[in-house]
Amino acid sequence: MTSSAALEARPRGGPSAGRLARRHGWTVGVYVLLLLLLLYWQTIPAHWGSFDVQLAIDALPLAFAAMAQSVVIISGGIDLSVGSLISLVNVVSAKYMIDMGFRNALLFGALLLLGSAAAGAFTGSLIVLTRVPDIVVTLAMLFVWAGLALEILQIPGGGAPAQYLQLGTGHWWSQWIPSGLVILLLAYAIFWLPLRWARPGLALYSIGSNRNAAYLSGVGVARTRIFAYALGGLFCGLAGLSLSATSGIGDPSAGQYYTLNSVAAAVLGGVLLIGGVGGLIGPIAAAFVVTLVKTILILKGVDQNWAQVIQGTLIIVVVMIGGLAIRQRRRT
Amino acid sequence: MSAGSPQIASPAARLRAAQRLLSDNPAIALTFIFIALFVVTDIVNRAQSGKAFLTPTQVSTTFLYAAPLALLAAGQTLVMLTGGVDLSVATTATAGAFITSGTAQAQGTGTALLLALGLGFGIGLVNGIGVAIFRVNPLIMTLGISSVTLGALTIYSQKRFVALVPNIVNTLGSSRFLKYVPYDLLVWAPIAALIILGLRYSGFGRMIFAVGDNPVACRLAGVRVWQVLLLVYALSGAFSAVAGILLVGFNDAADLGIAAPFLLPSVAAVVIGGTSILGGSGGYGGTILGALILTVLDSLLTILNASQALKQILYGSIILALAWLYARTSSGD
Amino acid sequence: MSLLEAREVGKRYGPVVALESANLSVDAGEVHALLGANGAGKSTFVKILTGVIQRDGGSVELRGKPVRVSSPSQAARIGLAPVFQDPALVPDLTVAQNIRLTGLAVEEVRQRLRTMDIEIDFSEQAGDVPLPLLRMIDLARAMARDPQLLLLDEITAALPSDLAERVFTVMEDWRRRGRSVLFITHRLAEVIAMCDRATVLRDGRDVGTVIPREGGERQIVEHMLGPEAATAEAHAAEVDETAPVAVDAAPNVGAITVEVSDLRVGSLAGVSFSLRAGEILGIAALEGQGQDDLFAVLAGERRAEGGEINVAGKALRPRHPYDAIRSGLVLVPADRLLALLPQRSVRENIAAPRYNRIGRWGPINPREESRRVSTAIEALQIDTRAQGQVRRLSGGNQQKVTIARWLASGFQTLLCFDPTRGIDVGTKRQIYTLLRRLADDGAAILFFSSELSEFPLVCDRVLTLFGGRITDELAGEGADEASLLRAMHGLVEEVTA
Repeated sequence: MTSSAALEARPRGGPSAGRLARRHGWTVGVYVLLLLLLLYWQTIPAHWGSFDVQLAIDALPLAFAAMAQSVVIISGGIDLSVGSLISLVNVVSAKYMIDMGFRNALLFGALLLLGSAAAGAFTGSLIVLTRVPDIVVTLAMLFVWAGLALEILQIPGGGAPAQYLQLGTGHWWSQWIPSGLVILLLAYAIFWLPLRWARPGLALYSIGSNRNAAYLSGVGVARTRIFAYALGGLFCGLAGLSLSATSGIGDPSAGQYYTLNSVAAAVLGGVLLIGGVGGLIGPIAAAFVVTLVKTILILKGVDQNWAQVIQGTLIIVVVMIGGLAIRQRRRT
Repeated sequence: MSAGSPQIASPAARLRAAQRLLSDNPAIALTFIFIALFVVTDIVNRAQSGKAFLTPTQVSTTFLYAAPLALLAAGQTLVMLTGGVDLSVATTATAGAFITSGTAQAQGTGTALLLALGLGFGIGLVNGIGVAIFRVNPLIMTLGISSVTLGALTIYSQKRFVALVPNIVNTLGSSRFLKYVPYDLLVWAPIAALIILGLRYSGFGRMIFAVGDNPVACRLAGVRVWQVLLLVYALSGAFSAVAGILLVGFNDAADLGIAAPFLLPSVAAVVIGGTSILGGSGGYGGTILGALILTVLDSLLTILNASQALKQILYGSIILALAWLYARTSSGD
Repeated sequence: MSLLEAREVGKRYGPVVALESANLSVDAGEVHALLGANGAGKSTFVKILTGVIQRDGGSVELRGKPVRVSSPSQAARIGLAPVFQDPALVPDLTVAQNIRLTGLAVEEVRQRLRTMDIEIDFSEQAGDVPLPLLRMIDLARAMARDPQLLLLDEITAALPSDLAERVFTVMEDWRRRGRSVLFITHRLAEVIAMCDRATVLRDGRDVGTVIPREGGERQIVEHMLGPEAATAEAHAAEVDETAPVAVDAAPNVGAITVEVSDLRVGSLAGVSFSLRAGEILGIAALEGQGQDDLFAVLAGERRAEGGEINVAGKALRPRHPYDAIRSGLVLVPADRLLALLPQRSVRENIAAPRYNRIGRWGPINPREESRRVSTAIEALQIDTRAQGQVRRLSGGNQQKVTIARWLASGFQTLLCFDPTRGIDVGTKRQIYTLLRRLADDGAAILFFSSELSEFPLVCDRVLTLFGGRITDELAGEGADEASLLRAMHGLVEEVTA
């Protein structure tokens, strides 16, 4: 009887602490970074005041966009149409909500969420049915959604009932808790948390990790991919609605900013572009980090364009470091 | 004696062989589409305004307009062959445009052009370093670089505004000789020849395909993949700079948005041309036709008074339809 | 009682016929082998039976009722459970999550693993678990579905002997309980030991069903190779039983090409040996004894942690495969996917290494390239009829292409790491003959195989590796399985006075 050396399952990751660090280290790191930036921000005299809701306001749409992108990337895809879909929702909501009461606006908003999820599902279906790579399909849909947004609202305009705007810019219960943040966390808790550890979530991660193995394991790959894009669409809808709430108007070109930055926030938040790795908590913090960096620069009197250059460079540098980190991983 | 060599069955397979011929040589189908579009545009134009479109002037104009797009798509083709994508081609072109017009007066035309090319090459090099050495995803790297470039250009454009476009650049960008031949073809054609021949007959060309097809196998065969990628992105930047020079010649002034409308069409032209976005197969010939098709399409849509919005929706649908067509015919399983 | 009846099952991809018309009949309570050369259609057949791909024609009946297996999950539901060579476990999820993904109970699978005497930490990420264990988990998962038919596709390939034993025990158990196993393998010894019947596929058709214990290896090989080749093969087989492929007693051995001194990397604790021109040196080792590290270092893929490598007298410290290749050390990996450019043509694949440095990026010399490529194709008898992309070639031909690359580019030392893995018998023998010829022409060859029977056929000398060191050196003819196994376990016989 021959035996092979050292094969009986020795957990390779070492002690649990080491493994925990490996899996969650990046996310913790992003939150530490956010904390440091927040503290630094507080020290800048230009902005004194309550926990400035301004930050939450600026970062809210990006946070949702980052969540949308993260879901898709985790499932092994990418969505270049995120920004345009956000524009579309923003524009439609602003155009029609201006004439609505608060309750109707909320109902309309819910309808739009259904619509954006359907839009995402449509994109996902196209990807699955045509077998065309997701970059190309979402690139095409970027055109389509942007075009639609332009058709609906040629120039920035529209509005929304005051209470609705409050949802984005106001507080809940206390000066220190921006209502936008509450909605963000609620969305996370309702739409992501229950799925993540259950079979739909596992299926999502599996197709991003190794689509073939997932298929052989009995995962409905097509179904799951469409689901990922639909969920992404839902978060895009939330982003668009929050953009209406925080900016007060609809702007057909507003979404452009979010495509690149949603990917950047996802990557910064620990979601690996190869798929199967990461969560949504990291990208949320990363969205705030990205927004905060620009805010700090502007508060310190840096010219807006320089701020963009610096922000861009920082994103690249961080991602380069992240790239090195990936090389340490066993896989890839 | 090898068991299991696949056997060719007869008539249905001959049809499929024809289909495969078309997908392996998309140039044939694309040329048809190009010509067909021209004809359609002609018909529509006559219906709209009584004027013909299928005229030598219009054909020449189409080539004139297509050249910058085709140059942006040239770099894009090379990058996509390696399995990446370059979303910074537009901003690099804009940088080329600005440097040309900004330094021509002080440094002379020749130097200005060299600086523009050098800058383009340099920006591409940075992209290449990020992608090849730091293993950053090309999407992120090039998008990030483009945003940094744009910011830097905005600052530059605010500081000095000498809108001097040298005469020769003007001529290259907008004039024709022999009445119908655009000068920019003198720039585009040699580059196109270089790329097409290079891809097919040079070791570097082989390596571009190889790296896009299977970078791991390349490494095991001794190829230093980072070298290939570095040069490919740098070339993309250089070609983009050339496009920028032509654009500033056409526009007669540098402008931050001068190349922006060409970014996504540059990807579209490559997709239409049949290069796989996953890398490893394709070529520039198809891209050229893709650029031409897109240019004619744009004219057609303008004649139809299509709103910007409608154009965009159409672009998107076309990219999708063509990509789907290629996916169907090429993979076969 | 017939469990599974497949009749005239076919599958084609455009003009390429993967499966022409295959028939298979599996009874309840039997272990049935499915054999055939690469490209004969075995994998396609199994994938059709388990819903991974859809058949074009023919019928499949389960217990007399026709079924159409539309997806892997449906296959599982009707009682067909496959275990593929690449474990269907997702690397970024933990083992437990992988199991939950399929809707099974984690405890069930844990129990099954226990009956095979295996304990695994289920909170471990699947990507961190070694391949053989992943296969066992996959097997346990399949068993937990309590299927009527277990389909095992090359499960014992690259599986250490003790785990393979456990698989056989499972198969026995399954048979005893009235269930069935469809066992795909290239290892004829296993077929004879374990299987009640064996069906052979050739060129997309079934060509015969034999009873291994009565027909033996020869009958099976006959079916696999076809009638004309059969007589020639039979003759060759007879000859092979008495002498290795190399007829010469004393190989034409020349100067030392590669000298390895005290090499330390990974599990290698200090390995020293020398390789001479004209000889084929075998490395025999159990799973995970450092042979992959050895080859990786020599090929320039990994850096050594200590020790020296000298090539033709000069020290070599490769940082990249290019350095090794420039010193004449080239690698033929076990996994063809690591060496081939799937969408490119055979010609481009074979010519690829020629352009691996900047100096060669200029214009290609088409005549020179053609000459070298055709020479290589001829030498290896590569069947290029399925033209166009290399991914359309059969496995055996693909492996030949990986070797052809080095013939076209030139080399001094060929590092063959399990070059015949998953290859049909006919192609294997062609490769042996080729290696012998290359050695006779002056090349030095380092050869590792997971099939012990190959060593006496191919090698002049064999070194065994155990515990990170060379434990023994055997002469080619003396390298029978027993002696090899002993040495591979470090049980080297002391010379008794």
